[in-house]
Amino acid sequence: MKDNNAFNYPQGLTDATTHYCPGCTHGIIHRLIAEVLDELGVKERTVGVSPVGCAVLAYNYFSTDFQEASHGRAPAVATGIKRARPDLMVYTYQGDGDLASIGMAEIVHAANRGEKITVVFVNNAIYGMTGGQMAPTTMPGQVTTTSPRGRETALAGFPIRMVELISTLHTPAFVARGTVVRPAQAIQTKQLLREAFLNQKEGRCFSMVEILSTCPTNWGMPPAEALTWLEKNMMPYYPLGVFKTPDEGIDRAPAPLCAL
Amino acid sequence: MSMARKLMKGCEAIGEAAIRANCKLFFGYPITPQNEIPEYMSRRLPQVGGTFVQAESEVAASNMLYGASGAGERVFTSSSSPGISLMQEAVSYMAGSELPVVLVNIMRAGPGLGGILPSQADYFQATKGGGHGDYRLLVLAPSSIQEAADLIQDAFDLADYYRNPVVILADGLIGQMMEPVEFKEDRKPCKPLQPKDWATTGWNGQGRPRAVVNSLFLDPTLLEHHNEKLTAKYADMAKNEVRYAEYFTDEDYELLVVAYGSVARVCLSAIRQLRAEGRKVALVRPISLFPFPTDVIGAAARKAGRALVVELSTGQMIEDVRLAVGREFPLAFHGRTGGNLVTPDEAREAILAQLAAKEASR
Repeated sequence: MKDNNAFNYPQGLTDATTHYCPGCTHGIIHRLIAEVLDELGVKERTVGVSPVGCAVLAYNYFSTDFQEASHGRAPAVATGIKRARPDLMVYTYQGDGDLASIGMAEIVHAANRGEKITVVFVNNAIYGMTGGQMAPTTMPGQVTTTSPRGRETALAGFPIRMVELISTLHTPAFVARGTVVRPAQAIQTKQLLREAFLNQKEGRCFSMVEILSTCPTNWGMPPAEALTWLEKNMMPYYPLGVFKTPDEGIDRAPAPLCAL
Repeated sequence: MSMARKLMKGCEAIGEAAIRANCKLFFGYPITPQNEIPEYMSRRLPQVGGTFVQAESEVAASNMLYGASGAGERVFTSSSSPGISLMQEAVSYMAGSELPVVLVNIMRAGPGLGGILPSQADYFQATKGGGHGDYRLLVLAPSSIQEAADLIQDAFDLADYYRNPVVILADGLIGQMMEPVEFKEDRKPCKPLQPKDWATTGWNGQGRPRAVVNSLFLDPTLLEHHNEKLTAKYADMAKNEVRYAEYFTDEDYELLVVAYGSVARVCLSAIRQLRAEGRKVALVRPISLFPFPTDVIGAAARKAGRALVVELSTGQMIEDVRLAVGREFPLAFHGRTGGNLVTPDEAREAILAQLAAKEASR
């Protein structure tokens, strides 16, 4: 496997300067995706889909054909592209407000149909683009502009764990969670992304990689502190790992009911 | 093999017409009274190498259309009023991103859940927007199964030519009744069609610019330019795509009736009977609802000095007729709602009442 991209600029990216805030991890994730596209040699037949959110301008940064989607609908748009042109490599790049809230129906059903697409799910536990509102993934007690006393689980419930939820579906899929806090974790995440795109290249299954990400601006902390906050608060609740692969058994047996 | 005249249900004829227009993709969600369209497509598309997807909602179905159209393929969906409401988000995005899509609305009575019987109460939604922002859809209204089949095939050409969504606005009667239909084997596109070099088909850095399907313009100057470009396109449609049918307008008439869709056929039955009895009545039937046949209706109404609009609504198209005829002539309305139809007798009475009113005003 060729992996000597560290000192080169990936061809999967344009030379545009991103609009992302200082310390935001979107830039790292963009680069990892671009490297994977380069390494798999599929850039020329790849179409990206980014919906409303911080990645709304991602079409300026990836050097592939691109479609903008409305809020939450990227998996439906990607389904349309992939069903129309199965020869294309189609991926979505979605945030947590987008995928886990307004787009819940679209992601669950795209996964359940087994659409041969790749979903990159960037979870930073907050609505970034709109200015730091509470997301379905916001941590208990986390202060946001719409949870000024911290997320109250009695009123707003607990954060939704999307890869765990998608992993319960019977349809074969590749579902994993990584992060890019530390360089070693970024390398692991790149391997997950490579697996997710390779599955599509080989026409195997729906693939989704959740990536825990920071939002220093809306979390209200310096970038280094944000990384520590993610490790301390998000990683215990959102464990890293591969949750489902297309080859493994897919059903878990329920515990038997007590005899009446 | 040439297809002889065949007795078909409206919904099935619509599905077959789409396939004959080389549309091999259908995304939809069940809703009465148009379920025979997705059912037909699920049966037929695999036979012709096409793809049918039952979406999780109309919201998703319409966004699947967006993606497939953006990838350069012909695609359509059908739904009925409440489902069409759910699609308005994607329709606005399609209009903004200039995507060719065909949407069939087999209208049912509203508002809200309403009922499942025929209606024309989605006229405003189809012709005046429906979703957010400044945009227009081409809206075509068939009054027979044959016309529905013909308009569907034209709709794909028009959508591709203008890079714009096209709506086939039909009532439940058109969807559910059976009539003979014929499909021409040597049909030519109704518009010259260009390669879709704007579609996201993969980019190798050569041949064309990178394709981005998008309606986001954060710079107000650029967005205004985009709106101006769209407006110029809608003006082209208004100039070139007006369609209508006239009945008895080249003869003497004292009352002009304006109606579209299946209601126009009911009115025509009544008018034929009345003319046989020596009553002077004419009919203009708009086929394109946007663009509206304003000039034709204005001129025909002036000739009569009085007009009657008949709709399965509380009065929606009548606003466009009013704009066409101005304020100088009486304009009457007869409508039914709730899924009730206008009967020929009812149309006859409404027409006779207007003729009597005109006589009385002399």
